[in-house]
Amino acid sequence: MAAKVRAIVISGNGTNCEREVAHACRLAGADTDIVHISELLADRSRLDDYHFLNLAGGFLDGDDLGSAKAGANRLTHARVAGRQDSLADDLRRFVAAGKLVMGVCNGFQLLVKMGLLPSFDGDFRQNCTLTFNDRGRFENRWCNLQVNNHSPCIYTRGLTDIFLPVRHGEGKFVTDSPETLERLEKEQLVVVRYADAQGDPTLIYPDNPNGSVAAIAGICDPSGRVFGLMPHPEAYVHRTHHPRWTREDLPEEGLGLALYRNAVDFIAATLI
Amino acid sequence: MIWKIIVGLKAGITDARGNRVKKDIAEHLGIELDVVRTHDVYTVDASLSDADVERVAHGPFSDSVIQDVAINQPLTRDCDMLIEVGFRPGVTDNTGRTAKEAIQYLVDRPFAPEEGVYTSTQYLFKGLHDKVTAEKIAGDLLANGLIQRWTILAKGETEPPVDAAAIPRVVGQVSTEVRQIDLNVSNEQLVQISRDGMLALTLEEMHRIRDHFTDPQVISQRQQCGLGSQITDVELEALAQTWSEHCKHKIFAARVFYEDEQGRKEQIDSLFKTFIVGATREVRKNLGEKDFCLSVFKDNAGVITFNDDWSLVFKVETHNSPSALDPYGGALTGIVGVNRDGMGTGMGARLIFNTDVFCFASPFYDQPLPPRLLHPRRIFEGVVEGVEHGGNKSGIPTINGSIQFDERFAGKPLVYCGTAALMPRLLNGQPCHEKKVQIGDHIVMTGGRIGKDGIHGATFSSEELHEGSPVTAVQIGDPITQRKMFDFLLLARDRGLYTSITDNGAGGLSSSVGEMAEDTGGFELHLDRAPLKYQGLRPWEILISEAQERMTLAVPPEHLDKFITLAKEMDVEATDLGVFTDSGYFNCLYQGQTVCCLSMEFIHEGVPQMQLPAKWIPPLVNEPAFAEPGDYAQVLEQLLGRLNICSKEAVVRRYDHEVQAGTVVKPLTGVTNDGPSDAAVFRPLLDSFEGVVVAHGICPSYSDIDTYHMMACAIDEGLRNYVATGGNIEHVAGLDNFCWCDPVLSEKTPDGPYKAAQLVRANQALYDYCVAFGVPLISGKDSMKNDYQIGDRKISIPPTVLFSVIGKIADVRLAVTMDVKKPDDLVYLLGRTEDELGGSEYYAQLGHLGAHVPQVNATVALQRYRTLNQAQQQGLLASCHDLSDGGLGVTLAESAFAGGYGMDVDLALIDAPADLRADKLLFSESQSRLLITVAPQHQVAVEELFCGQSCALIGKVVEAPELKVRDGAGRVLVQTPLDRLKSAWQAPLKEM
Repeated sequence: MAAKVRAIVISGNGTNCEREVAHACRLAGADTDIVHISELLADRSRLDDYHFLNLAGGFLDGDDLGSAKAGANRLTHARVAGRQDSLADDLRRFVAAGKLVMGVCNGFQLLVKMGLLPSFDGDFRQNCTLTFNDRGRFENRWCNLQVNNHSPCIYTRGLTDIFLPVRHGEGKFVTDSPETLERLEKEQLVVVRYADAQGDPTLIYPDNPNGSVAAIAGICDPSGRVFGLMPHPEAYVHRTHHPRWTREDLPEEGLGLALYRNAVDFIAATLI
Repeated sequence: MIWKIIVGLKAGITDARGNRVKKDIAEHLGIELDVVRTHDVYTVDASLSDADVERVAHGPFSDSVIQDVAINQPLTRDCDMLIEVGFRPGVTDNTGRTAKEAIQYLVDRPFAPEEGVYTSTQYLFKGLHDKVTAEKIAGDLLANGLIQRWTILAKGETEPPVDAAAIPRVVGQVSTEVRQIDLNVSNEQLVQISRDGMLALTLEEMHRIRDHFTDPQVISQRQQCGLGSQITDVELEALAQTWSEHCKHKIFAARVFYEDEQGRKEQIDSLFKTFIVGATREVRKNLGEKDFCLSVFKDNAGVITFNDDWSLVFKVETHNSPSALDPYGGALTGIVGVNRDGMGTGMGARLIFNTDVFCFASPFYDQPLPPRLLHPRRIFEGVVEGVEHGGNKSGIPTINGSIQFDERFAGKPLVYCGTAALMPRLLNGQPCHEKKVQIGDHIVMTGGRIGKDGIHGATFSSEELHEGSPVTAVQIGDPITQRKMFDFLLLARDRGLYTSITDNGAGGLSSSVGEMAEDTGGFELHLDRAPLKYQGLRPWEILISEAQERMTLAVPPEHLDKFITLAKEMDVEATDLGVFTDSGYFNCLYQGQTVCCLSMEFIHEGVPQMQLPAKWIPPLVNEPAFAEPGDYAQVLEQLLGRLNICSKEAVVRRYDHEVQAGTVVKPLTGVTNDGPSDAAVFRPLLDSFEGVVVAHGICPSYSDIDTYHMMACAIDEGLRNYVATGGNIEHVAGLDNFCWCDPVLSEKTPDGPYKAAQLVRANQALYDYCVAFGVPLISGKDSMKNDYQIGDRKISIPPTVLFSVIGKIADVRLAVTMDVKKPDDLVYLLGRTEDELGGSEYYAQLGHLGAHVPQVNATVALQRYRTLNQAQQQGLLASCHDLSDGGLGVTLAESAFAGGYGMDVDLALIDAPADLRADKLLFSESQSRLLITVAPQHQVAVEELFCGQSCALIGKVVEAPELKVRDGAGRVLVQTPLDRLKSAWQAPLKEM
């Protein structure tokens, strides 16, 4: 049954992680296509044909106007050939149909800046953002993440903590107001937080690599089906991805893969 | 209409960029300021409505969660000083291009050619009151005057008006002028023509050209194409590019008259053919059926087999001269440039990783700087940032590299950038590493547009850095335009839409089309069809511009429409510029008129062979006499803190080294992920455990004694690092990058014969050791003019060769890392330690050079490396770390603190001459040595494997986190906590 789950990874204009995201989706059991955005804009390929949309990491348009800003602008304003819709319209319809969207790194930035996350009440209004790391530098380092078990997020079900790499210069999560942060907390939409060696959320560098408020590394929408995070789950699907695999006894499968398995299982159980 | 949109962070939001600048100003310039804030400025010159501009400003240009926007007025007046930095006209403005595209999407119409967006940055200071200091901050830190300009406003001064003068638009007239140049002039005038035109042609070469143009046959043929007898500027420029040292490698192709220290004389007809091609030929012959080379020396990169289905492509380039002038742009262009080499090899390949090695002067250099040189710290900063942007934005992990320091690199930094790529063995039934242009194929250029940027890059880098070094030689790369082009090209490749591909690097279209046309024997190129960034380029400028992100392809007529349509859909520019012919001529037209008609034979074969005198007189060097140190722990800590040894973690973390999810042995390793890996192991196919191993060796400090041994040590170091992690010594290729100081005898280089002899000796070693190790060379590059000369001040770099190695590991799960793993594991030192400290870090720390440079015994080393591979295959090794700079002492410390366990070793157990003093045992840099740790249950197996070889059990791993070194006579030389050693190692460059 899982074989019928169809996943799409959008590529082009500066995405970089489409191959490994597709690999993770396939390992989790989904039929997966990497589709160049020009195919979607030409209407030769449609989001409607898929259940699970992946927005991969990268540098859309070089992040020149701020991370994912120009990319969000393209999705919002570029028209699909022969239709009045933009890809953003297609994307909102995709979400409304109860399908799954995961954005990693640049994909998370894109979801937040298009207002798809957290999208309180399905309003698609931007009220959070991801900005420059406090240290003003791009960094590649592995981080401990604490998982919020009370979150509606379907991707992290059954997980308590995950160890994943961050690779970004603009990963500091901030909200437009204390009220937004309060509501994120109250509705349990904060899914993963940067944690210290003891597993507790931390604001201290380097365990919190970017200075994110409330140590937020990833959030979901109220449905739990749209999820974004800065760390890269697709970068830990096998034990040899782990930075200490030559000195620790690790399970064959990396913990990052669990997120993709949960997504595929959820789709198989509820959408097909 | 012109609008100035200013975007800044709301009050209370951390300005990370401003804070970084404040810190840099304090650290670099010693100026303490209260606050630094920054704004992004977009100056929009386009026909838009006010409402459109509002939508743009509050849409794609700003983030309402954290930013405020002002249009045509200051965002704030709350500062003491404002510096605004923008680009000079014509300099690549990537953000401006993206901003323009964003507006086009928003208003749903393309911009007219004269419309554009120009970006700048405002820095707002509190605590800065005088304009002289502001000028210093702008010129010395915020901006590079070669490519940027700035305005300074003190508190109370009025903003300049937002008008045409405020934007750096290139206003040029369409110029079709083609000049004729009279070469029938005096020798002085010929030299003057070459110097004034940045042609870098010698008098002999100018004579060769002049003589060619007096040949009656040439004159009559020129008349037929409507050209006069005098050479056109297009032709002279094309010749200068093609004949440049950079493109033609004239020094490596020269006839060398070599005399050794015993007065024996020999003639060498091309160092390249004799030693480099010669070594590979010999190695491949010896490999016989096991030969894994597929394409060597003939393409943009070398190609070897990976497995039955895939081939591995590798190339390393240097980008030294541009990086000296503009470190950021130079290094960025270096990395995206070498990426095009991988893409332009065979029919094209997917890029899998980058490597970077830099040579700088100390960032803490505190002497007065000679004119036109940037401070080494700025070079360091700029180069690292350039490579960071080039690699990270392109989605290519940077997995291996190093940084070398020597004061002489202040004259020219060395910036080596490498790229590996993967291609199918067969593409549509044909070998993918081969390509051939067919007569009648169209010349199609894809990617970026042509501008004045990068004009004379090839000839500029063929000279020393001097007063007149041109600003236009500097370029800024655009990784995203290139990324989009590569996505398109891989699709076009798989669909079989072209027959050949190459990159536009040095020499621009002149080189790329000229080289491809060797397949057919001619071409017809219409320069006026080339897309330009702005008007005002003359025909010769279009031909030789090195504007970035361009590839040239040969597209058969029947695929032309499909090719161009696919490009358009994928938002990539592709332009048909002409056809490949068999006319025998390098033929360029402009608006239908022939402006260049040179015979292919003359342009490619006409350059006269250089004659190079070389005389080896060994330098007078002595072994120093000095007392044994009293405090070994202190010496060890000092060595760990030397720039050539200390941790480069702050740099490594700025590179994405894990994108593509294939990095199995990462640059940093160990219990807290911060130990220095010897090599990188990369898994290019996510559904296979076969891996690529990449490493390098570089030892410029040995060159001051003898470049023969410098080269031998670099080869051994590269291979040693490679096998340490598990690379298969039977399946490894080498790649040499020579960076030399000018070795050509002349008035300004009276010591040319010595430098040329150093070059000969390095080449001899390259041949000897590649053959002995069985390592074929597959590609390489030389950069031969790494000198600085202004006035009487000349700085020549130490002769430096980067020896990169790439090869295979059958199963990445058998890779070994350098960190010790468990208490009670046994510590073995493989290889004999000799009195070889000449050029060592230990001697350098004491202010000595020494004489006993390390020497390599390839036979012994090869046997050791093969045995090491066996031990790895059997899973017998817990850790393995090579010994290099700083010798055994440094290696022990690194392995221990990376693993988090102590070590207890006894120097008396080392295989070494009996009378060798303890400091020499600890810090000798004898080659081919490795430190391994082995679990006790594997002791017998390991000792049996290495039976008959130098393999000494010198101690064991201990739980207590301290390094203990005893001398056998009961003396404890070192007993130091690991965190202390690690701090000493991490401290120097921690904050870079």
